[in-house]
Amino acid sequence: MSRLVNAEHLRASYHTPDGREVTAVDGVSVHIDEGEVLGIAGESGSGKSTLGAILSLTARPPLYVDSGSLEIDGQTQALDGSSKIPRTWRGSVVSLLPQGAMNSISPTMRVRDLVVDVMRAHNRSVTKDEALDRARDRLASLDLPTRVLDAYPHQLSGGMKQRTVTIISTLLNPRLLIADEPTSALDVTSQKALIDMLLQMLEQKIMSGVIFITHDLPVLRTVSNRIAVMYAGKIVEVGDAEELTTAPRHPYSAALLSSVLVPEPAYRKMRVYGIPGAPPNLAHPPSGCRFHPRCGLVMDECHTEEPPHVGDQLRFSKCFWALKNPGQSVPLKAVTASSLSETDTVVEDDDDTTSRPDDEPSEVPA
Amino acid sequence: MSEIFAAKELTKTFGHGKHVVEAVKQVSFSLQEREVVTIVGESGSGKSTLARMVLGLLPITSGQMTFQGQDVTHLKDRAAYWRDVQAVFQDPFSSFNQFFTVRRLLHRSLRLLHADVGRERLEESLQYVGLTGPDVLDRYPHQLSGGQRQRIMIARALMLRPKLLVADEATSMLDASLRVNILNVLTDLRDELGMTVLFITHDIGQACYVADRVLVMENGLMVEQGSTDDVIFNPQHEYTQRLLSDVPKLHQAS
Amino acid sequence: MKSMNFTTRFWISFSLVLATVLIGFVGPLIIKTSPDAVVGGLYDPPSGFGPLLLGTDNEGQSVLANLVYGTRTSLIVGLLAGTIASVIGLAIGIVAGYKGGVVDEILMGATNIALAIPGIVIIILLSIALDSRAIVPLGAVIGVTAWPWMARAVRAQATSVRTREHLDVARLSGARFWSILAWDLLPYLLSYVVMAFVLQVSGAILAEAALSLLGLGPSNAVSLGTMLYWAIAWGSVRTGAWWAFLPPTIMLTVLAFSLLLLQSSMDEVFNPRLRRGKAVKRRKPPSPRTPEEIEEVSPTAIGGSTLVQPPIGVSRGADS
Repeated sequence: MSRLVNAEHLRASYHTPDGREVTAVDGVSVHIDEGEVLGIAGESGSGKSTLGAILSLTARPPLYVDSGSLEIDGQTQALDGSSKIPRTWRGSVVSLLPQGAMNSISPTMRVRDLVVDVMRAHNRSVTKDEALDRARDRLASLDLPTRVLDAYPHQLSGGMKQRTVTIISTLLNPRLLIADEPTSALDVTSQKALIDMLLQMLEQKIMSGVIFITHDLPVLRTVSNRIAVMYAGKIVEVGDAEELTTAPRHPYSAALLSSVLVPEPAYRKMRVYGIPGAPPNLAHPPSGCRFHPRCGLVMDECHTEEPPHVGDQLRFSKCFWALKNPGQSVPLKAVTASSLSETDTVVEDDDDTTSRPDDEPSEVPA
Repeated sequence: MSEIFAAKELTKTFGHGKHVVEAVKQVSFSLQEREVVTIVGESGSGKSTLARMVLGLLPITSGQMTFQGQDVTHLKDRAAYWRDVQAVFQDPFSSFNQFFTVRRLLHRSLRLLHADVGRERLEESLQYVGLTGPDVLDRYPHQLSGGQRQRIMIARALMLRPKLLVADEATSMLDASLRVNILNVLTDLRDELGMTVLFITHDIGQACYVADRVLVMENGLMVEQGSTDDVIFNPQHEYTQRLLSDVPKLHQAS
Repeated sequence: MKSMNFTTRFWISFSLVLATVLIGFVGPLIIKTSPDAVVGGLYDPPSGFGPLLLGTDNEGQSVLANLVYGTRTSLIVGLLAGTIASVIGLAIGIVAGYKGGVVDEILMGATNIALAIPGIVIIILLSIALDSRAIVPLGAVIGVTAWPWMARAVRAQATSVRTREHLDVARLSGARFWSILAWDLLPYLLSYVVMAFVLQVSGAILAEAALSLLGLGPSNAVSLGTMLYWAIAWGSVRTGAWWAFLPPTIMLTVLAFSLLLLQSSMDEVFNPRLRRGKAVKRRKPPSPRTPEEIEEVSPTAIGGSTLVQPPIGVSRGADS
C-alpha cells in the first residue's frame, strides 16, 4: 500500500469574540494509505470535527489554522495561511461530507439543481447535461435509483438524503473524503446502507481514502481499518480498528468502549457507567495528561507531565499507564469503577460554554 | 403490578382523499406500573407518531386509549392528563425555547401544580438529574451543553411527578457516555419514584440495556412484542431479525 | 442578541430612511409656508432659499412646502397601512401556521382568494364607497388590502418553527394557545415580521401614490401622489416645469428604495450566512445558499453566541 495522505503538526484555534484563543486541535498528525478508512473517535468537544474542517480545507473564521501541512500524492500544502490553497484542492482533492448536510439545503432546490451547482462551482465549463450524466452514472454504479435526482430534499428519507449527499460530495472523485458524523442521525439500517455504499465507492476507486469521524465506536469498528481516538484536541491512541476496540491501551479509549451499549445478554444484568466528569474546557486544559481528572488509572506523574508516546506510528498510546504496562490492554473495569460515581457530569466551566467547539454546531437556517 | 396504560387498535392517518398516509395502523399494547417499555423501529416506522398520540399531542384517528382505567382517547382536561403523563424529546436543542431561561421554562410547567409544592419540586427534580439550581436556572439554552439540556428536560418532566414518562429518542443525540448516564437516571427514577417509562429508540443496544419489554414497529404496524430477552435474543419476526443483524458489532464474537 | 453585525449597507439605507422621516416630520415645522398658501404665479421657476426654492406649482403654491407635507402624508399612510396589514397578516398567518390542518386550509383559502383580487381595484372601490378620503381611512383601506401577502409569508415561517419540539414541551407544560403563539412562536418570527413590515410600508407608500395619481388621493391633505396628479393634469411635463413633477418623483423613489434597501440589509443582519459566498442572491426565500456553502459548512462553534439567532426554525445535526 502506498501513502495517500500525510498531515503533520496540525494546530488550530478558535478566536473568541473577547479576544481569547482556544486551541481545539493541538499538534495532531495523521496519515492514510491508499484505499484506507481512518476512523476518528471522541466525545463532543474532543476536536474531531475541527480536525475534519482542517483536513478538508474548510476552516473559516473564527477557526484559524496555526500550523500544519497536508501532503497528498506527494504534493505538500501548508495550511497555516502562509501559502494560498489552490482552489482545485477543495472538492476535487479533498471533499467534506458535513454533518446534517441535507437539512441545510434550500427546500426549493431539487437534487439535480444541487448536482449541477456543485459541479459548476468547481468547473464553469461543465454543462448541465454532463453534470447530470455523471450523477446518473454514479447512482447507477452504486445501485441507487436515478429518480432521486428529480426529488426535493424533503421527499427523501433520512438515509437516502445522506447517501445522496455523499454521492454529490464525491462527484469530483476526490482523493480523500472526510465524513463528519455521517451516520449519527440515522437508524441502524440506514447506517449500514451508508457504510456499505462508502466501502463500495472505495472499491470502485471513486475516492482513495476516507476519514470517518463519529463518536460511535461500533460503527467505526465496522467501517474503518484504523482508529484514532481524540481527546481534548489531541490524539491519545491509534491502532488497528479491531485491536483498538478489543484491546485498548489508553484509559480514555477503554472508557469510551465501556459505555457502548450493545444488544448482548451481558448488558441485561450489569450496570454500565459513563465516563465521569465532562470533557475539559479547552480554554484552560488540565495540566499533564488532559484526561487525568477523569481517569480511573491516574498516577502522580499524570498530573504534571505530558504523557509519553508509547508504541510505533501505527499502534501507539500516549499514556503513563501504557508505559508501565507495555503491551497490555486497559482493563475495562478499572476505568469505570463504581467508585467513580456517574452522577457528576455537569460541565464545570462557568461562562465558557462557548469554548466547547464541537458541542455547539452553528445554527443553520432551515 | 397493575396496568397503567392501554392502547387498543390505535390508528393515525394523515391527509385525506388520495393522499392518505397511515402512519400508525391498529396498534395495541399495554404498560404495567413501574415498567420500562421500549418501542424500537426505524425512522418512519410510526413510533414517534405513536408517542405523540399517547401524550395527547396528536388527535387519534381511531382506536382507544385508557390511562388508569379512564378513557383518554379524546381528552377534555388535558392539563390534568399532563400532570400524570410527561415527555422528554429527542433534540436537546429544539426542545428549548431559545428565548427562555431555564428558570422560566421550569416555572411554566409548575403552573400545572399547586403553588406551594412548586419551589420544592423544582430543586428536588434538578437534584435527581445531578444539577443544582444556581448553576443552571438563569442560563439560556445556548449556554448549556447537550447533556445538561437533556437533564433539564428530564427535570422538567419530573417536577410534575408523572406516573408515565414518554422518552422519545431522548438519548439519540448524545454521546455514548452521556447516553448511559441519562439511561441510568431514567431507570433509577423508575426505581425511586415508581414511574412507568415508555422509551422510544431506534437503538436496540439501548433497548436491551433498559427495557423490561420491547415492542417492535415497522411501517406503522406493531410486528413483535414481548419481554426483552425474548425479542432481542430470540426474535421471531423477520423484521426484528434484520434490525438486529444491522446493528454494528463491537465484539466480533457475537 | 448581543452584538449585531450591522453592515455598511444597513447604515446607508438606515440614514436614507431617517432622512426621509426627518423631511416628513420635522420639515413641516421648519418650513412655515402653508402648502395651501399662494406664494407666486403659475409655475414660477425655482429661486432663492425661501419657499420658492423649488418654485411654485399650478396654483402658485410653494412646491417645497407641498413636498415636505406630501412626504409626511406618504409616511403616515405608509406606516398606518403597514401596521394594519402586518397585524392582520401576522394574526392570520401565525394561527394558520401553528394550527395546521383544516384551520390552515380555511385561512389560507381565504388568503388566496384575497390575494387573487387585484388590491388596487378594491382600494379604488373602497375609497369611492367611503365618502371620507382623509388620510386615516385611506391608510386603513390600503392596509386592509395588503395583508394576504404578509399572512402567507408568516404562515410559511410559522410552519417551519412548528416542527420544533419546544412547542410540544410548551403544550405539555399546560401553556394555553395564545401563550404559545405569543411566547413560543412569535419571538422566532419577529425579525422576519419586522422585515416584512418594512416592505409593507414601502408598498403602501407606492399604493397611495398610485391612488393619488388616479385622482383618488386624500382630500384633506397634500400627498406626493396628488402633487404628481396636478402636475400632470396642468401640463407641467409639456411646458417643461420640471420642478413641479421631479421633486415628488425623486422623493417617492428615495422613500421606496431606501425602505427596500433597509429590508435587504436587515436580512443580512438577521441571517449572517447571506453575507458569505458570492452568487447568493439567486433564490430568495428561504435562505439562499450556494453550492459552495453546502460543500464547505465548517463547524463555526465559537461564533455561535455572537451571531443573532436565525429568525426561523433551526435544524441541527447530531450533538457531537
